[in-house]
Amino acid sequence: MSDEPAPEKPAPEKPAAEKPVPEKPVKKHEPEDPNKPLWEKDPVAPAWLDGADDPLTAALKEEVGDAIEAARSFAGDLTFLVRRDAIARTCAVLKEKHGFTYLVDLCGADYPKREPRFDVVYQLHRFSDQRRIRLRVMTDEATPVPTVCGVWRAANWPEREVWDMFGVRFEGHPDMTRILLWEGFNGFPLRKDFPVEGIDTGSAIYPEFYREGAGPVAGSGTGWKPPKPPQEPS
Amino acid sequence: MTSLIESVRTTVGDTLFYGAVSPLVKILVLLFLMILPLIAYLTLAERRILGFMQARLGPNRVGPWGLLQPIADVAKLLVKGDSIPLRAVKWAFVLAPCLVVGPAILVFAVIPLGPRAEAGGLSWFVTDINTGLLFVVATASIGVYGLILGGWSSNNKFSLMGGLRSAAQMISYEVPQGLALVGPVLLAGTLSMVGIVEAQKADRFWYVFPQIVGFFLYLVAGVAETNRNPFDLPEAESELVAGFHTEYSGMRFALFFLGEYANMIVISAVATTLFLGGWLRPFPNVEALAFLDPVPGVIWFALKVFVFLFLYIWFRGTFPRYRFDQLMDLGWKWMIPVALGNLALTALVKLLVA
Amino acid sequence: MTQPLALPEDDHDGLFADSEEMELSFGPQHPATHGVLRLKLKINGERIVESYPVIGYLHRGTEKLFELHPFFQNIPHTDRMDYVAAATNNQAYVGAVEKLLGLVVPPRARCIRIILAELQRISSHLLWLATHAIDIGAMTPFFYTFREREILLDLFEDYCGARLTLNCMRPGGLPYDLPVGWTGRCAALMADLPGKLDEYEELLTNNRIWKKRTVGIGVLPPEVAIDYGVTGPMLRGSGVRWDLRKALPYDGYDEVEFEVPIGRNGDTYDRYIVRMIEMRQSVRIINQCLEKLPEGPIMAKRPRVMKAGKDAEIYHGIEGPKGEIGFYIVGDGTPNPYRCHVRPPSFINLQSLPELCKGALIADLVALIGTTDIVLGEVDR
Repeated sequence: MSDEPAPEKPAPEKPAAEKPVPEKPVKKHEPEDPNKPLWEKDPVAPAWLDGADDPLTAALKEEVGDAIEAARSFAGDLTFLVRRDAIARTCAVLKEKHGFTYLVDLCGADYPKREPRFDVVYQLHRFSDQRRIRLRVMTDEATPVPTVCGVWRAANWPEREVWDMFGVRFEGHPDMTRILLWEGFNGFPLRKDFPVEGIDTGSAIYPEFYREGAGPVAGSGTGWKPPKPPQEPS
Repeated sequence: MTSLIESVRTTVGDTLFYGAVSPLVKILVLLFLMILPLIAYLTLAERRILGFMQARLGPNRVGPWGLLQPIADVAKLLVKGDSIPLRAVKWAFVLAPCLVVGPAILVFAVIPLGPRAEAGGLSWFVTDINTGLLFVVATASIGVYGLILGGWSSNNKFSLMGGLRSAAQMISYEVPQGLALVGPVLLAGTLSMVGIVEAQKADRFWYVFPQIVGFFLYLVAGVAETNRNPFDLPEAESELVAGFHTEYSGMRFALFFLGEYANMIVISAVATTLFLGGWLRPFPNVEALAFLDPVPGVIWFALKVFVFLFLYIWFRGTFPRYRFDQLMDLGWKWMIPVALGNLALTALVKLLVA
Repeated sequence: MTQPLALPEDDHDGLFADSEEMELSFGPQHPATHGVLRLKLKINGERIVESYPVIGYLHRGTEKLFELHPFFQNIPHTDRMDYVAAATNNQAYVGAVEKLLGLVVPPRARCIRIILAELQRISSHLLWLATHAIDIGAMTPFFYTFREREILLDLFEDYCGARLTLNCMRPGGLPYDLPVGWTGRCAALMADLPGKLDEYEELLTNNRIWKKRTVGIGVLPPEVAIDYGVTGPMLRGSGVRWDLRKALPYDGYDEVEFEVPIGRNGDTYDRYIVRMIEMRQSVRIINQCLEKLPEGPIMAKRPRVMKAGKDAEIYHGIEGPKGEIGFYIVGDGTPNPYRCHVRPPSFINLQSLPELCKGALIADLVALIGTTDIVLGEVDR
């Protein structure tokens, strides 16, 4: 890691702390040589662009109406924010009419400060012109998302993984069980409020041996208590 | 040597000598000085030869060139913990390895390593019964019970499947094997193992030449009978973990191992006897090779057996494994019809010539 | 659609149940499951009626760990997902971070990345061939391929000090330049390798038993393959000419010449042939790269602290040895990724296993696990 820049916190030692001082002004004030190759210029991070004028957006808005809540693009990937109850229909339209026959990936994300807190993100691919788009659906813990298993069989395991990791349920999924963790695991590990050092899994596995919260705790004792187990699926 | 034998014979009397002392001594010598060391060193040879074929060394640490490796292995297996699964059928679990190794070694009783006794000596075989070949086939087929019992009694599904596979495989391949053996019997006109070799001497050719089809059938069926590559389905490691002997450990596992290698030697020895002229030198009809006559018959016999054993090892280094249904196809749809055709042809030729 | 199986958890006594079918727990401790895959099987004799993969035995929470570390400290975590193809994992991850930050990789670094990635592809395929062959019962190719893989790993060791968990790429370029004499050793190996590949093929390609065990086994029609999201040699074996190196070129793959092999029948044998040809094509790519290896810097100008923009989210996928390995990264303006999701090729490819082994025999099952080329470290993450 010798060649890596240190993370942003200031170095604790004196000699190291002196170093950045002469460097910084050089970097800031030297005018950019326009003929420099790209990799010697300061990187330009991509930014969000409006995707409303994309022909795909127009066509999709025509077909699924108000299911598309927003269309933006970032680094060349068009992202649609899709209304939750219309996701399966939108996917079917994209597959049948627009040739997005291939579901690249499906994953979840957790934004606890937001309401509703979860995202489910779909990456689609079209073979004819190698186009990739992204769909996002927002949901919360209580509301299930319609499954897209009927559109692509590829969605089966990733949707199970989202359920396993985030506790987002998918409606109509043929096998909505945990996939990486065991049935009865107490919590959803990729949620932001799930502690990194782990939780008491003992009571979940061996309820006859441990009271809830009394089993062996992974990591050093942080005093963390497991939350109430999630609502059992009806 | 001869005088020692003579003195013992005169001391105990002819009846006792030929009835008990001589066979007993022969059995002990055969078992402890020939078969068991041969099996032990066959494992070493296999590992070294496979190592050579696979661009690696093989065991070379215990003793010079790894020569003490088999002894170390045996010592390890003897002192290793020997576990019986809780839900195993105990008596069958214990009996199974014995059923594999016992018959395999029993067969050596009728295999002639060399010619009959000349005056005042001992013959190079334990006994010569006039249904020798029948004894070989019958005894060897007991071994399959060991595999089935071992697989079934372990109370393990993989073992059970291994046992079932071995039952189907060995019973299927006994048919072409038996049919292939009938060819030499027809030519020799006797079932005695010694008689068959002597008939080859009298006919002045090895039976591999007229019975080339039968020879190859026997070879393939023999590989299948011993559960070796490419027919090692009963213990297919990547499919059934270790098949029928998954649950075995320690000396019981070693007995299965012993049985497998003993069976290899049996198949090789029977093939040598029936097809390659047993203890006869190569081309017994060519006078120009008469200078080979002083070499003792047992040396020729051993050389021929080693060729077969090498073939076994070579197969293992070369072939992938057959699938179960393909194995059955090969046995029933190809080998049995060919064996039957070969038998009919042999009988016809024999009839016409005689 | 795979229907859920209602297999009893404790099936000790399933053996003597009234059903004709036997329930078999294949794995997780089984020599042919390439790690800790478990398959719940319902078998009728040797024929598989239903199969249900159970995974997660190697789950280490990699995606959670990603969120804890700054962008550059996450590279070692990617090594440990598909631990036999660390370089391509690195490449996918750093590619994603570069896309997120707008970094431009200098040409020399791109060229060396291609070399490393293709070496990794060869080494991964060699390992696949070894295990695939030994699953089907051919023992010898295992040792032959490991002989060459050893030299390959030596090359990696010379470059970055590690043999498996390479940690050999950084956002914006590479940590080190090639050591002295490395290109020569690499070129020597590349000159050697086609002959060695012939050697393996001699043992297998026209071997009757090998063909019997692979031809027509596990046929995956192209439309089903796409439906299951299968990628990599699995998809190409089914006859879909799709390779991310060609389709969405990254790291300068558009500047090298190579061909993308496809299969005709979509069976295990075709996938075997596709991977064998891919290794030869990788040799071709490496030779081109060694020839034209440009001089220059190996690291782009990049901020001292790499921070993603607020709300930035990207997905970047590359062609790994097993298929598309992609990273979906969300930034929140801190040096850590807010969310970093991996699209693991093995995970998605494994999903098609129940489809592949419908009606197959137990012996085919191990061939099919071999042909999907899974690494459980990546399936479970």
